Amino acid sequence: MSGISGRRLLALCRKESYQIVRDPSNILIAFVLPVMLLFLYGFAINLDSSLVKLGVLRLDDGPAAVSFEQQLQGTPALEVHHGASLRELQTAMSRGEIRGLVVIQNDFTARWLHGQGAAIQVLTDGAEPNTANFVSSYVQGAWQKWQEARAPLADGTPVPGVELRPRAWYNPATISRDYLVPGSIAVVMTVIGALLTSLVVAREWERGTMEALLATPVTAAELLLSKILPYYLLGMVAMALCTGVAVLLMGVPFRGSFLVLAFTSTLFLGAALGFGLFLSTVLRDQFNAAQAALTAGFLPAMMLSGFVFEINSMPWPLRLLTRLFPARYFAGSLQTLFQAGTVPAILIPNDLFLALLMVVWLTLTARKTTRTLD
Amino acid sequence: MIPEAAIEVRDLVKRFPGSTAPALDQVTTAMKAGTITGLVGPDGAGKTTFLRTLAGLLRPTQGEVRVLGLDPQAQSGELRDHVGYMPQKFGLYEDLSVLENLTLHADLRNVVGAERDATFKQLLAFTDLASFTGRYAGKLSGGMKQKLGLACSLLGHPRILLLDEPGVGVDPISRRELWKMVRALSRDGLTVVWSTAYLDEAELCDDVRLMAEGRIRASGTPQELMAVMAGRCYQIAQLADRPRNLLHRVLNAPEVIDGAIQGSQVRIVLREPGVFPDLARLNAGPRAEFKAVAPRLEDAFISLLGGGPGGDSALAEVTHAREPDPALDPDAIIRAQHLCKTFGAFKATDDVSFAVARGEIFGLLGPNGAGKSTAFKMECGLLKPTSGQALVMGLDLQHSPSKARQQLGYMAQKFSLYGQLSVRRNLLFFSEIYGLQGELQRFKVQQMIETFDLAPYLETLAGDLPLGFKQRLALACCVMHEPQVLFLDEPTSGVDPVTRREFWNHIHGLANKGVTIIVTTHFMDEAEYCDRIGLVFRGRLIALGRPDDLKRRCATPERPDPTMEDAFIDLILEAES
Repeated sequence: MSGISGRRLLALCRKESYQIVRDPSNILIAFVLPVMLLFLYGFAINLDSSLVKLGVLRLDDGPAAVSFEQQLQGTPALEVHHGASLRELQTAMSRGEIRGLVVIQNDFTARWLHGQGAAIQVLTDGAEPNTANFVSSYVQGAWQKWQEARAPLADGTPVPGVELRPRAWYNPATISRDYLVPGSIAVVMTVIGALLTSLVVAREWERGTMEALLATPVTAAELLLSKILPYYLLGMVAMALCTGVAVLLMGVPFRGSFLVLAFTSTLFLGAALGFGLFLSTVLRDQFNAAQAALTAGFLPAMMLSGFVFEINSMPWPLRLLTRLFPARYFAGSLQTLFQAGTVPAILIPNDLFLALLMVVWLTLTARKTTRTLD
Repeated sequence: MIPEAAIEVRDLVKRFPGSTAPALDQVTTAMKAGTITGLVGPDGAGKTTFLRTLAGLLRPTQGEVRVLGLDPQAQSGELRDHVGYMPQKFGLYEDLSVLENLTLHADLRNVVGAERDATFKQLLAFTDLASFTGRYAGKLSGGMKQKLGLACSLLGHPRILLLDEPGVGVDPISRRELWKMVRALSRDGLTVVWSTAYLDEAELCDDVRLMAEGRIRASGTPQELMAVMAGRCYQIAQLADRPRNLLHRVLNAPEVIDGAIQGSQVRIVLREPGVFPDLARLNAGPRAEFKAVAPRLEDAFISLLGGGPGGDSALAEVTHAREPDPALDPDAIIRAQHLCKTFGAFKATDDVSFAVARGEIFGLLGPNGAGKSTAFKMECGLLKPTSGQALVMGLDLQHSPSKARQQLGYMAQKFSLYGQLSVRRNLLFFSEIYGLQGELQRFKVQQMIETFDLAPYLETLAGDLPLGFKQRLALACCVMHEPQVLFLDEPTSGVDPVTRREFWNHIHGLANKGVTIIVTTHFMDEAEYCDRIGLVFRGRLIALGRPDDLKRRCATPERPDPTMEDAFIDLILEAES
């Protein structure tokens, strides 16, 4: 690579900006796509349980059995449907009208009174493991509370139940959206970062303009910079848009520093745009480059960034693999900045890795940006 | 070193990874300063590779290249300021305006300040684009794009101008204007290399390099190259028979290496000067006579390539003559009635009407983008007309059952076979599509293999075939089922002149068997092979008739024997006024 002339670089950047503004698909990718994806991830992916419908079959009319059923009805997360027969409830469950089923046997009160250890039967729908887990833990909770309230001490007074009060720090209400949205911003930015630039060099090859450009005195450095700078600015605007939508429209709290956010985003965009440019430069075909950018950008960002699936619970080869994708560091940094604030111990290593990836992709692209058609 | 040579090339070889034959093979040549050198040859001859190597865009595998005494690779920085290069399709940014395209190139070539203003003014006046500066390049006509591409490559006062097929996709009037502009530039000392597939274009150059298969087969001035052909080019006039029938017979005479139809006459090239075929034995008619004519560059090229393919069509020999169907109007096997097609505000085809008789060859002529293919696609039912009706054998193919389609063959403009399938697989597939089965299928496939000499390529993937063989295979696939009507969309585009001759032999042979043929072409000289032609320009059919009649309409005392292109230009001017 030889020198850079300010005039030529400016002329190329101006040309690129005209093309960005005049091509509606750029606006679609940079502004409409992120907002759409953000809403999709923010509302469609929900790890919180809502009201769970539970069927109860009580074959015992004794006071203990009645009071346990009342305990279940009093649980806020459960909506109890009283059933007349096991068959009826099973049918309801197979139709999905109820998500679980509790059977209180006819000797429940008798066994309880005689201290023989009364038992209940809980049936859940294993086809939906997540909901099944909710059902069994809600019922267990109710069962525990009921037992504590009823167990008489030796002198007849009830057991002072040991109370467990979980506190979730950083996301006190454990609203899953608050940590899903920052993570999904990382995914969205990966997609648009790679998609924006994957098209631009390939387009010049396909339309034959690259040939005309290469016959002029432009240098490889000028070419490369003119492809990065305008799209970096566009990417930053998209990033600001995402943050704005998350904080203002979706009500996700932001606890960190905007300056640090901008800095981290810069490093991330450097890596993501560099990756897209690399594909575009190597493949020289818009369709292939866009497809590669989506597959190699979107899928790992979704699966391996820790946005939905915890990286710590992955097997070690996958954990190692996540290190290669900028989305992983960006998702982590965003989750930290939104929920916890500016925590240097997390952000600095992430930024270092992002910087490293940026250098790697841009260097590779620069090496592939030749002055000939060979 | 030749002192006046602006470009010198010695033993240049260029190989691309993955291909066996070199794209350029031991090319040695020199080009004089201040001249226009025409680089002529069919697609794949190596013209583009040669120009790109001169521009420093490709690294030579071997050999030495000097442009203005500089090495385009090692001294690229210095050289680039002096070389203007216009790639195929002009290399313009379609989403930038005329002025923005110019400004970009001016900035890149360091043309600034007062110099820029002066240059822009001069170039815009020169190219006649001054009133279109705000228009996006994508919205310009082919001719205007070509001029803008030229203007961009002229910024910074280059001393060398490399033009890669500037005439493609451009109407004949714009091509002539461009030629005048380039000629004026060369008078000011600019060295021009102009690549083209049109041999008539090359005849105007100062110097010509005939290329085929990566080699320069002949060099010299057009006059030198054509001088070799002196005394060998004749016309046979006053024929008793249809010209195409005589052509068939005359091409098989051992004394003749090439021949073509010219209106009501047949033009031939003799193997040796003074050795004529016997007109009586050829049944040319009692009044038939030889008339000496001026040689053309194409004659020289065909002679260099070893002569034309003879007059027989193996395809016609295996095609069964069909009895005319009494239920059909023999004068209108194909009929277009007021065909219109609009895409948005753009009228691609505007009120086109014609009829094609049984066994007739009807040619749709016009520059690329004139609307030939659109009219063509409506006629064979691939596009729905906005208004008007397209009938083939009395049926509208848009609605008619596949049985009607069984009667027609269609060869698409772009290679539309399966590139990933072998030649044999393609033949089998298309024979099945057309309902050939069992013994008949095996027989027809084998017949096509023999007819088109495909045997050496049977297991080659269709995508890897040389262009001439691709076209042969495409033709084979669309005639296997012996259709009564044949649609050929630019069947000869990009192929070498010898293969073009072979294709026209087939077309003539099939027409003689009663097949009705409609063909499009942008080679004006191919119009002569058609019984009747329709000239299409900007979507409209501006003239319809026999080639001779159209030419005669434009004959003047100064130009008693106009070419088809002369006629076309006159007709366009007439239609515009």
